[in-house]
Amino acid sequence: MRSLLNLKRGLVFAGAALVMASGPALAAKVYISNEKDDTLSVIDTETLEVIKEFEVGERPRGITLSKDNKYLYVCASDADTVQVIDAETGKILHNLPSGADPEQFALAPDDRHLWIANEDDAIATVVDTVDRTVVAQIPVGIEPEGMAVSHDGKIAVVTSETTNMAHIIDTEKKQIVGNVLVDQRPRDARFSPDDTKLWVSSEIGGTVAVIDMASLTIEKKISFELPGVRAHNIQPVGMQLTRDGSRAFIALGPANHIAVVDTTSGEVIKYVLVGKRVWHSALTPDEDLLFTTNGASGDVTVIDTESLTPIKTIKVGRFPWGAVVKPDEVED
Amino acid sequence: MRGTAKALLSAMLPAFAGLAATIVPANAQVAGVPPLDIDIVYLERAVPQPPVLSNLVAKPDDEGLAGARLAIADNKTTGQFLGQTWTMNETVVSPEEDWLDAARKAVSGGPKLIVANAPAADLLALADLPDAADDLIFNAKARETSLRQENCRANVVHTAPDRLMLTDALMQFLLKRQWRDVMLVEGNAPADTLFADAMAASSRKFGVTIGERKRWLADADIRRNAGAEVPRFTQGDYDVLLIADEAEDYAPYFLYNTFLPRPVAGSAGLTPTGWSAVVEEWGAAQLQSRFADIANRPMNDVDYAAWVAIRAIGEAATRAETSKVPALRKFLLSPDFQLAAFKGLPVSFRPWDGQMRQGIALVHPQAMVDMAPIEGFLHQKNELDSLGLDEQDSQCEAF
Repeated sequence: MRSLLNLKRGLVFAGAALVMASGPALAAKVYISNEKDDTLSVIDTETLEVIKEFEVGERPRGITLSKDNKYLYVCASDADTVQVIDAETGKILHNLPSGADPEQFALAPDDRHLWIANEDDAIATVVDTVDRTVVAQIPVGIEPEGMAVSHDGKIAVVTSETTNMAHIIDTEKKQIVGNVLVDQRPRDARFSPDDTKLWVSSEIGGTVAVIDMASLTIEKKISFELPGVRAHNIQPVGMQLTRDGSRAFIALGPANHIAVVDTTSGEVIKYVLVGKRVWHSALTPDEDLLFTTNGASGDVTVIDTESLTPIKTIKVGRFPWGAVVKPDEVED
Repeated sequence: MRGTAKALLSAMLPAFAGLAATIVPANAQVAGVPPLDIDIVYLERAVPQPPVLSNLVAKPDDEGLAGARLAIADNKTTGQFLGQTWTMNETVVSPEEDWLDAARKAVSGGPKLIVANAPAADLLALADLPDAADDLIFNAKARETSLRQENCRANVVHTAPDRLMLTDALMQFLLKRQWRDVMLVEGNAPADTLFADAMAASSRKFGVTIGERKRWLADADIRRNAGAEVPRFTQGDYDVLLIADEAEDYAPYFLYNTFLPRPVAGSAGLTPTGWSAVVEEWGAAQLQSRFADIANRPMNDVDYAAWVAIRAIGEAATRAETSKVPALRKFLLSPDFQLAAFKGLPVSFRPWDGQMRQGIALVHPQAMVDMAPIEGFLHQKNELDSLGLDEQDSQCEAF
């Protein structure tokens, strides 16, 4: 996701300011994985309508794109595989060996190695997407869930939900080099753009830990409070950081809100109401819109990131889980 | 589904083997954490099962023990990053053997962490042994409310919910549905009376009216004549028929045989329980599949109570960085302790009687209907304390 955005920025940076200032937003497609329908919904960011639906393997959850935006990688959790899909046509090209029950994954900046959390097996699997081979399997804590690779490619992080740790892995040695205890049931992990900080959300603990990567200690803990919502329903899960690292969008699960956090102060700027049981989100290339997957209501909320207001709800398949944005080809 | 997944996985295995994937050992520990050796004593009193009419559901031989074993495996997985070693000493005392003899052996030699799967009387006998005074015993089985009240002990905490927690959960659900009038049927066993008494107490607490309380004698094989007898027995007008039949002997035959078309709850139909195979929300599906992998059967409430006891010890040892029993006890009973335990709300211990606060599932054999505390039942401190004995109800003086 991050590498995708960086790539897009590299491609169109020169004209981007002009485009954002005057013309319409850069067009893109949002791919949503529908966990209970075994499909992907494709949303056009200009019309904000579902324009296509692709059939995929059983229980699709984690979803990401290759650097050239041609290939979608989808964790088909109950089919025990990662599927490689033509992003244009939706054709399933081949399956990658993934280890059992892949849930979340991250594509390394080398655009070649997928780091996969195998939830049922307490293992992280590294897959070479070119050779289609398993390069390594690394034992981690119970129920590995969140996965992230640093922007410099040196460190991978996997969170384990029942062990309550973020495991820090040296991607070269493929070995755990550190562990950080966090609050109950850690889910998502995200690096700050400069890789100095690691954000980890704890679903049952109700907090987000900001970990200093140099010392591997928790530097800041962010908690949330919403009037009229029971504290235990505030369950931080998926997170998105803006490219400049200034803001974080944190999905609060059954609290049905996205918390918008100022990353410098750690303060919540605003809670934005979305659909039911929000899991993950994705930003458009311009970062003008945020698309959230609302599992229980089976829809996607579109948030205007300028006004921080929801502008549309789009019905997708049953139990939408993951989201990834693919910028349309830029015509010069 | 899992069968399919397994088949696919095994189909893929040859491909794995040929690729020489490296399995890398995990060797890094959390910095600055002292290594700990933690030993658990699992002590079970095997109880002869009364004969029941239905031969469909047999009580598993390793009930409780399988849950404890899974928790040890879970703690080991976490402990490898913390320099912790986990061991468990398992003792199952058969009905013919002398319980106190076995209990004395189990508690000898320094403070112990004991998971007890035993009836109330045996649990108390264990707790009152002079050698057990410095132990911490986790009651994973006995539902008696008295163990949390006049018979509470400073060295006993409870991961099994007591009957009042179960019946409070049921009454909350009835209120949510606006089913305020009930008939209560109880069986012959002393446990049935305790269960029926708990239902009566909970109905008063939540304002549900028991129009009639009757005893079913269960002295004949109801299987062949339920259709004739139960309609007559259940005449009257009410919203729900509650049945207290802890052995689940005759209650299943009341369903669909009530005089008026009414739902059944309690020991059949809608059942309140600490755990059931049908709980799959909040990541529980993962726990269920880990359990099924080692036990080859579904996880039940006693398995869960044993599992959550050892997981609680693991979490306390990790957070408090200690294996010392008094320090663990202190931390477990403090507000700093909480554990994500696959029931939504994190579990913790009540400092006034050592009862683990936890959600109570309302289930039927094929699905979970709700998880108490039911939304809307508020509490000034912790909504989980709307179930069972709250601080002001407590007569426990040992804590």
